[in-house]
Amino acid sequence: MKTILVVGNGMVGYKFCEKFVAKEESKQFKLIVFGEEPRPAYDRVHLSEFFENQDAKALEMAPAEWYAENGIELIVDERVADIDRTNKTITTAKDRAFSYDYLVLATGSSAFVPPIKGVEKEGVFVYRTIEDLEGMLAYAAKIKAKNPNAKAAVLGGGLLGLEAGKAVMDMGLEPHIVEFAPKLMPRQLDSRSSQVLQLKLESIGLNIHLSKATNQILGDDGYITGMEFGEDDVLDVEMLVVSAGIRPRDELGKNSGLEVGVRGGIVVDNKMKTSDSNIYAIGEIALYNQMIYGLVAPGYDMAGIAVEQILGKADALMPASIDMSTKLKLIGVDVASFGEPFMPASKGHSIIFENKTQHLYKRINVSLDGKKLLGGILVGDASDYSMLHQIFLNGMAIPEDPAQLILPAGEGGGSFGDVMDLPDKAQICSCENVTKGQICGTIESGESKDLADVVSCTKAGTGCGGCKPMVKDLTEATLKSLGIEVKDSICEHFDLNRQDLYKIIQIKGYKTFNEVLDNHGNGGHGCELCKPVVASLMASINADTANKEYAIQDSNDRFLANIQRNGTYSVVPRVPGGEITPDKLIALGEIAKKYDLYTKVTGGVRIDLFGATLNQLPLIWKDLIDHGFESGHAYGKSLRTVKTCVGSTWCRYGMAESVSFGIELENRYRGIRAPHKIKGGVSGCIRECAEARGKDFGLIAVEGGWNLYLGGNGGATPRHAELFAEQIDNETVIKYIDRYLMFYMRTAKPLQRTAAWQERLEGGLDYLKEVIIDDKLGIAEDLENEMQTLVNKFECEWTQAINDPEMMKRFNHFVNSEEEDDNLVFVPLREQKMPEKWV
Amino acid sequence: MTIVSDKYKTVKPEEVAVWFKAAPVTAFPKDGGACVKYKDLQIAVFNFERLNTWYACQNLSPEKQEMVLSRGMIGDHKGIPMVACPLHKKTFSLENGENLNSDLDPIAVYPIKIEDDFVYVGFSE
Repeated sequence: MKTILVVGNGMVGYKFCEKFVAKEESKQFKLIVFGEEPRPAYDRVHLSEFFENQDAKALEMAPAEWYAENGIELIVDERVADIDRTNKTITTAKDRAFSYDYLVLATGSSAFVPPIKGVEKEGVFVYRTIEDLEGMLAYAAKIKAKNPNAKAAVLGGGLLGLEAGKAVMDMGLEPHIVEFAPKLMPRQLDSRSSQVLQLKLESIGLNIHLSKATNQILGDDGYITGMEFGEDDVLDVEMLVVSAGIRPRDELGKNSGLEVGVRGGIVVDNKMKTSDSNIYAIGEIALYNQMIYGLVAPGYDMAGIAVEQILGKADALMPASIDMSTKLKLIGVDVASFGEPFMPASKGHSIIFENKTQHLYKRINVSLDGKKLLGGILVGDASDYSMLHQIFLNGMAIPEDPAQLILPAGEGGGSFGDVMDLPDKAQICSCENVTKGQICGTIESGESKDLADVVSCTKAGTGCGGCKPMVKDLTEATLKSLGIEVKDSICEHFDLNRQDLYKIIQIKGYKTFNEVLDNHGNGGHGCELCKPVVASLMASINADTANKEYAIQDSNDRFLANIQRNGTYSVVPRVPGGEITPDKLIALGEIAKKYDLYTKVTGGVRIDLFGATLNQLPLIWKDLIDHGFESGHAYGKSLRTVKTCVGSTWCRYGMAESVSFGIELENRYRGIRAPHKIKGGVSGCIRECAEARGKDFGLIAVEGGWNLYLGGNGGATPRHAELFAEQIDNETVIKYIDRYLMFYMRTAKPLQRTAAWQERLEGGLDYLKEVIIDDKLGIAEDLENEMQTLVNKFECEWTQAINDPEMMKRFNHFVNSEEEDDNLVFVPLREQKMPEKWV
Repeated sequence: MTIVSDKYKTVKPEEVAVWFKAAPVTAFPKDGGACVKYKDLQIAVFNFERLNTWYACQNLSPEKQEMVLSRGMIGDHKGIPMVACPLHKKTFSLENGENLNSDLDPIAVYPIKIEDDFVYVGFSE
């Protein structure tokens, strides 16, 4: 059995292990890995996340057990000190010797600390390891205790420096970035994009100092107090993080006589072999093509080549040119560059789209003949990156007017770039190295029938997930090309989608679930998917309340309350616009007290009463209704709240009566069932205290009327609502919202919020304007009438229920006993109660 | 938390020793369920009208040990009559209690008979 020693357990060293043990032949080798740090390899790229959770385990590439399970011996906290190439052995700092057949050097790099006077002072850190970060955290806590407004600087405005800036900001220190060059990220960005990035970063609180050469670090008693740039140019800081570049950790190579580069790095060929044919070097110590590649993707590729070479696959070679394209999210800002980001004017033309107000910059470089994409830069919005990168990598033809590649959709752009135009060899998933050909192939062979199959067969999209939209598009387009209809039918019981069912129920006038199922179903008996959909459609079309056919309602609608963790319910009465009288507020408190309910203000700023048993619900509602409350429909896929700011009724900045209009809107749309919940917001001025742009419909008062925003939401995928109409009066607002909601209710998929619906609407916002404002489809009047019918038919479901003894029967836990559920256990929580924790 | 699931064991028709008279058929919604109390047990009873069949199972959801199954929607999954737990939509066969959409423990099911418009649940003791 041959022995491979891997020196260095960083990301690339780990990747070597992962790729190696995945090979069948690996069983004939013994693999020993040495790590200098006290823990197994972790994701250094996401080091700044350590500040958010301080959980080193979460960053691990794989837990320590993984190595053992795969037959790898992992030795951490032990630096390899020396290589004896003649005897093929290494010696560690703990003076232990190991012999090898193959040696893989993956020692990576260390932070470069420039020789500035005073750099040895306390409070100066580098940004490289978890231990560095722990040191920074401890020091930051110390200086913050003395001075809550303490400042910290980062020396270096490159990629890592900005990450460090984020870390410093997260520690609660005032962050300053000091860069020697006249721009940020000098290696990736041109000056204009760098300015856009700078504006964005300044807007979120980073202080940026460019063209600053640090003369010395100032300090008292050995502690840093500031940085001096010029004679009178001093920045007072109490902590400094140096992030001025990296240096390869090539000392082992140098000491053992391997060929090294003039500026460091161990020279390798395209087999990742060093000048000693039993020794490989990969990652940030490998000098390949006279270059050190400081990105993780080329490092991973090198690890793969070394694995193949050691296993005897001579034809596995590193390509001559390495793609240095990157896309990353830096402090929440998209930054991407690909190909040749800076291109001299002699080689081609650049097309630049810049919008400083939105912190957006896009640049593409095209060949002089205008036929090839050579590279580009994206800041602020990198959603075009995947497609542009593919076009560049595959040398695909580009539109006659290349500007179309980066112009926003609807302004002549957005139409180019069909995934099916990519060549088969185009790499779609770079983490798992899956090509377009493989994705389409698994569908064409019949092996995969849908997206889930494609993902499990090819592993595409299982790494970083960035390629998922492309994988989905490719899957759908391939299925379509094979004549396989991509069904969006609601479940196994219907071959119809929600929109089809809507039309059928409306035209045929069905009144019960069984009628719909018997006439249009597949012969089954329905399920938890189609029943609530049909129930919702009946409500949207006939204004039926959930009381009518309660057994097809989802649990919340069935019991007109929100089921909580232990099977009890919460109760939310409507408080339109958030306006409530003191008497009603007192009544809510007294009712909550009477039934011993846990009380909390909800995310939608209403009052939620938790812990009601099924038997208690009608009693609670009887009391609420007696005090003038009605159902808040918090349990329904229906209008929740219209959130308002106080507006001109009280606010000295208010431009309009946002509360009054909010109440009117909430009362208008209350109870109406839709594909998903709906929220509204009305702000009395541009300060937007009601957060109206985060709602399905939002209004902001401006000079001359309201600006109407549509299709926003919070939730898992937050989206700002889009400006739909400006300076319109109350009547027009209601007309547009009526049409909009009804159009959404008619055409959306089940459980699709307006945001997702609007985003996928073919033709986008412009189409929506044509339908709603210009009445292009000639349905505006119908939409308004349908909405008006629903408004007129509104009835409070709880009033309906408690006045009907037959309906009340369902609110008993047992059919044969008045007793309540005896399985409930509550525990105390901050003077209230909560259900016992789940085991 | 006490583990109450041990109390629930499937009863086969031939094992029935007690036919418990639970409630009139009208107490149960069509194609839906309600909960019956028997000694210290909670039993979910479903009137699967579309199949003209009645089913009974434990009211306890094995996922989180909450008494909620009687409030779930019923229907079929590829032809197997099932109930969907209202908490996280875990589905269970009403015929043999098997969990149909993940790998939870099966639930206990009980025989039902209807006599003179009354629902009887069969227990072994």
